[in-house]
Amino acid sequence: MDRLRLSFASLLMLALCSSSAFAAGPVKIGVVTTLSGPGGYTGQDVRDGILLAVEQGGGKLGGVPVDIRVEDDALKPAQGREVADRFIQQDHIKILTGVVFSNVMGAVVPTTEAADTIFISPNAGSSEFAGAKCNKNVFVASFQNDTANIPAGIYATQHGYQNVIMMAADYVAGHDMINGFKIGYKGQGQEVLPKLDQTDFSAELARIRSINPDALFYFLPGGAGINFLKQYGQSGLKTPLLATIFSLDQRILEAVGDAAKGMTLIGQYNIDFPNAENRQFVKAFVAKYHRLPTFYAADGYDTAHLIGSALKAAGGDDSKLDVLRAALRKADISSVRGSFKFGPNQYPIENWYAMHVEPGADGKLAIVTKGRLLTMYSDPYAAACKM
Amino acid sequence: VSLFLEQLINAIQLGVMLFLIASGLTLVFGIMNVINLAQGSLYMIGAFAAATAVARGVPFALALLFGAVCGGLAGVVLEVVLVRRLYARSHLDQVLVTFGVILFVNELAAIVWGRSPLFMSTPAALAGSVNLGGVPYPVYRLFVIALGLVVAGALYLLIGKTRTGMLIRAGATHRDLVEALGVDVRRLYTVVFALGGMLAGIAGAAVGPIFSVSVGMGEQVLIQTFVVIVVGGLGSVRGAFIAALLVAAIDTFGRAYIPGALEHLFSDTTAENLGAALSAISIYVFMAIVLVWRPRGLFPIAAR
Repeated sequence: MDRLRLSFASLLMLALCSSSAFAAGPVKIGVVTTLSGPGGYTGQDVRDGILLAVEQGGGKLGGVPVDIRVEDDALKPAQGREVADRFIQQDHIKILTGVVFSNVMGAVVPTTEAADTIFISPNAGSSEFAGAKCNKNVFVASFQNDTANIPAGIYATQHGYQNVIMMAADYVAGHDMINGFKIGYKGQGQEVLPKLDQTDFSAELARIRSINPDALFYFLPGGAGINFLKQYGQSGLKTPLLATIFSLDQRILEAVGDAAKGMTLIGQYNIDFPNAENRQFVKAFVAKYHRLPTFYAADGYDTAHLIGSALKAAGGDDSKLDVLRAALRKADISSVRGSFKFGPNQYPIENWYAMHVEPGADGKLAIVTKGRLLTMYSDPYAAACKM
Repeated sequence: VSLFLEQLINAIQLGVMLFLIASGLTLVFGIMNVINLAQGSLYMIGAFAAATAVARGVPFALALLFGAVCGGLAGVVLEVVLVRRLYARSHLDQVLVTFGVILFVNELAAIVWGRSPLFMSTPAALAGSVNLGGVPYPVYRLFVIALGLVVAGALYLLIGKTRTGMLIRAGATHRDLVEALGVDVRRLYTVVFALGGMLAGIAGAAVGPIFSVSVGMGEQVLIQTFVVIVVGGLGSVRGAFIAALLVAAIDTFGRAYIPGALEHLFSDTTAENLGAALSAISIYVFMAIVLVWRPRGLFPIAAR
């Protein structure tokens, strides 16, 4: 009997505790990201960037206590949607972030839209929601995918390249990247389209050797990019390489070593940006995780601060969606990228830079920022957005 | 001409590499009648082990050996713990279990080595390129060709000229008879699995300097490998060798010449798109043709 009473009392206490926690509890943030599979390091960096911001705020973002829930989408759109559904239906989460891959974004956004939930992408920036289908609940804090390739084309034109091979994995994003490049590039070109999961590139390398172009622009994400660069490094080819940071981030650089030396990269973020916020971020990230951050981590960090700015404006009440959205649109943060704003389609307006892979101060290969190619650039889809 | 020569060497090199992975798979499939999807995981383990060893300053040759040993050990563990229970089960059960092993090993590798791809440097002696008929060709790829030929030769001797090899061959064709003669088939199977694991391990270690050493690398080569063993005839190591070279030649020459050839017929972009699609399916078309012509592959082993 005593035991029964005791357990009843503890149950009651538990109920009291949880209900009081509900009243003034932390705001729950859902992070749907890619943690497993070969692309898993990208989601890991997004998550760690977000968690670093939360840790630096003492468990708070914008002074509001937060509860970060992280789940893996395994790079499967259906699984990402399932996780998003669970976050929205069971946990009543109103702010969702974390998505790295555009195909997962394509599956998750309709779900968040149906539930009037705010979606902030820390990386995926498909064209789908940038133009006519733009949406008041969809924010992209990284870039619009195609945009990165336009400055790459501009760079090629500026350097007087007349004949460029454009090589991209044969799938939707690969074709988008080449089309983006062609917007900025004015010379002659030839496309080479290897398979997305290709491991051996000897046939392509021989073709490049026989065409002997002025430069090679390529987009091969993840493992295929590593395979290609390793084999390029051994091939003895001297063709200048040009790519976006999607094809060569900090992790890939560490995996390919000297093969990437001399390469030109186009990106919106680099760890050597001199602004104070970035210096502080890189130092804190290395201290906590013992590795250099990628742009995935930097964009995750910025995303967390964007969420913080919105929560602060809403006084920690995540049911005030209009206030949250209005605050997000202001992008009132000091970004590690230096300058950052949202365009009318709630995709970024930001600077694009040329970078070069060369030995850094410590003799190890580093990505070194060289110059700005585009200043406060939006994207080619923004004009079609009527919000 | 020099382009053709270069593509020919490329084809041989890719073929030899495919053979390294396929030989282990065809042994296990042909002799034990087990579909082992986890062969790709053993390949990954070999690559991770070798990359780790090289990063710790172990000489490249020893790292290769280490990769082979780790692949073999993993194969033995896999056989003793799991696959042994599957011999009497259907192929579907085997696929299910070994697919589960792939997922398990991938996550295990992510826990042990992390999700970032590993770096494996090319040994200094094999870096750079040599001049082959006017074409600079990477030395390391020539080394892969040599290694593959050595392994193929060693396998030929082992299977054709030794007592173990005789038992392996007999086990593939006359299992019951071998068992009736008092041979411990169970132990023989473990040996075959270890051998298969070692072949996968050495293949993984050898491709470390040219492929991405990362979680999931095994699945990328698995499909091509299956095409090779199906074309070659299940269980036939000689068939796997020849099929690997054929598949590699079709794949390489397809990628090298189909898009260019189509440019005479279509606009640049159409040619490139169509060419990419055609060269991507070329090896599967080849497999289909072979199977129509010889349903049991090019070099079927005698019926069970």
